[in-house]
Amino acid sequence: MTSVEKTQNEIVEELSLFTDWIEKYEYLIELGKDEIDFDKRFMKDEFLINGCQSKVWLYAKQNNSKVTFHAYSDAIMTKGIIALLIKVFSNQSPDDIINSKLDFIDKIGLKSHLSATRANGLMSMIKQIKIYAIGFKEKNG
Amino acid sequence: MIDFEKIISSFPILDVKVNDNKLVYFDNAATTQTPTQVTNSIRDYFNKQNSNIHRGVHYLSNISTEDFEQSRKKVKEFIGAEKDEEIVFTKGTTDSINLVATSYQKFLNPGDEILISEMEHHSNIVPWQLCAEKTGAKLKVVSVTKEGEIDMDHLEKLLNEKTKILSITHISNTLGTINPISEITKLARKFDAKVFIDGAQAIAHQKVNVTELDVDFYCFSAHKLYGPTGVGVLYGKEEILEKLPPYQGGGEMIELVTFEKTTYAKLPSKFEAGTPNISGVIALGRAIEFIEEINLDLIFEYEAMLLNHYNEKSTILEYYEPFGTSLNKSAIASFNLKKAHHYDIGVLLDNMGIAVRTGHHCTQPLHKKFNLSGTIRASFGIYNTKSEIDYFFDCLSRAYKMLY
Repeated sequence: MTSVEKTQNEIVEELSLFTDWIEKYEYLIELGKDEIDFDKRFMKDEFLINGCQSKVWLYAKQNNSKVTFHAYSDAIMTKGIIALLIKVFSNQSPDDIINSKLDFIDKIGLKSHLSATRANGLMSMIKQIKIYAIGFKEKNG
Repeated sequence: MIDFEKIISSFPILDVKVNDNKLVYFDNAATTQTPTQVTNSIRDYFNKQNSNIHRGVHYLSNISTEDFEQSRKKVKEFIGAEKDEEIVFTKGTTDSINLVATSYQKFLNPGDEILISEMEHHSNIVPWQLCAEKTGAKLKVVSVTKEGEIDMDHLEKLLNEKTKILSITHISNTLGTINPISEITKLARKFDAKVFIDGAQAIAHQKVNVTELDVDFYCFSAHKLYGPTGVGVLYGKEEILEKLPPYQGGGEMIELVTFEKTTYAKLPSKFEAGTPNISGVIALGRAIEFIEEINLDLIFEYEAMLLNHYNEKSTILEYYEPFGTSLNKSAIASFNLKKAHHYDIGVLLDNMGIAVRTGHHCTQPLHKKFNLSGTIRASFGIYNTKSEIDYFFDCLSRAYKMLY
């Protein structure tokens, strides 16, 4: 099991403790309110993700062959979901990120609430995360 | 009096459960729901009379043609037009605007001016931008006041002999403001400018009479009138439509085709190239019957009562920030809750079974002017109730408490 899969499983386990959507969303809201490691200088159009109704800025860095992601959103719920994504993808190798399957969103029952309408940029966020990983992989040779 | 039980029973979709909650549908400005009278008509059309119209000699084609043309008469009477020839069926409001913004290019020259307002829907902005680019005409934009009304002084200032066409919404899809169309038309007449009205948000909510309004063009969509998607209407004064060149070429719109030259069919066929949405047009006729049976004046009164109730409730929430505070409003309420992102509120309301629109509602320039990244919009229809509004405000407080 890769550590991307391991973190996903942990999230699924944690969220399965909640019995209704309100608890689940309250958890996401709490996550969304947490302080995050995001340099506001990256709040520029070129780091903005398309397709989100709420604004999402995302950038990535590489430390010793691992990639870290940093993101911010003006909406709390979106920020909570970003926090989950960052938990899953940060500090992983580009290969693990590129090859990962993302089934945890489905398993935690968020897919039906955050469907792929134009209101939601979740898919765009994941795509951008993978694009960063591909970029770092190529750069590393 | 409105027979409310009867209305509700015509909309089985209202029984849909969303996340175990009863659906509260407050997105009527985006699309209205279809009553069984309309959906049955679509089913019956395909089960009993499906065929192509205006050309067959056979039984099915004849009855479908008859029904299709009956719908045209119904639309004509519904909006107070004078002739069948003035009613063109299109795909919807957007299609109707594009038709005129394209065909009218023939009469525009560099330096001419097209006038729109800041509160227009993107579909009443972009076609005119394309038109201006093509012809060298200039697009001029009338300001909106902080209450969300058209600045009539500014409108008067912008109108001049170069103004060839003015395209304004009857009711703002975001602010809900009902614009003074007759007054606007009178001003435009001084300079002989043509008047195009986007009636998408008005047609199901108040009586519209194009002859009394004295507009040159008026358009709307069936799906905002309790009818199906993919059908719309363009009304145009006969003498103007007569002069406009065709928008699209194809079957139905021709008189005689040779490889050297084609002559075009008479109105309205000239603007109805190809096989139209026959079942949809017939269903639009049923939707109009449905509305007329209830009575548009009563609908207007009922929805005004809903808006009034809504406004009273909204003043209780100290963090409620309305967008569009004109006293002359249709039942559309856009707002934000202090500090909260419209998307967060929309997602939480959705989980409570409430359908609202969040975002810019296709009026980005209007939101930008007032420095808003988006708003939440609740818009009402004939099946909505005061108790749904009460539930809505309970849910708003709950959502806000979850976030802050």
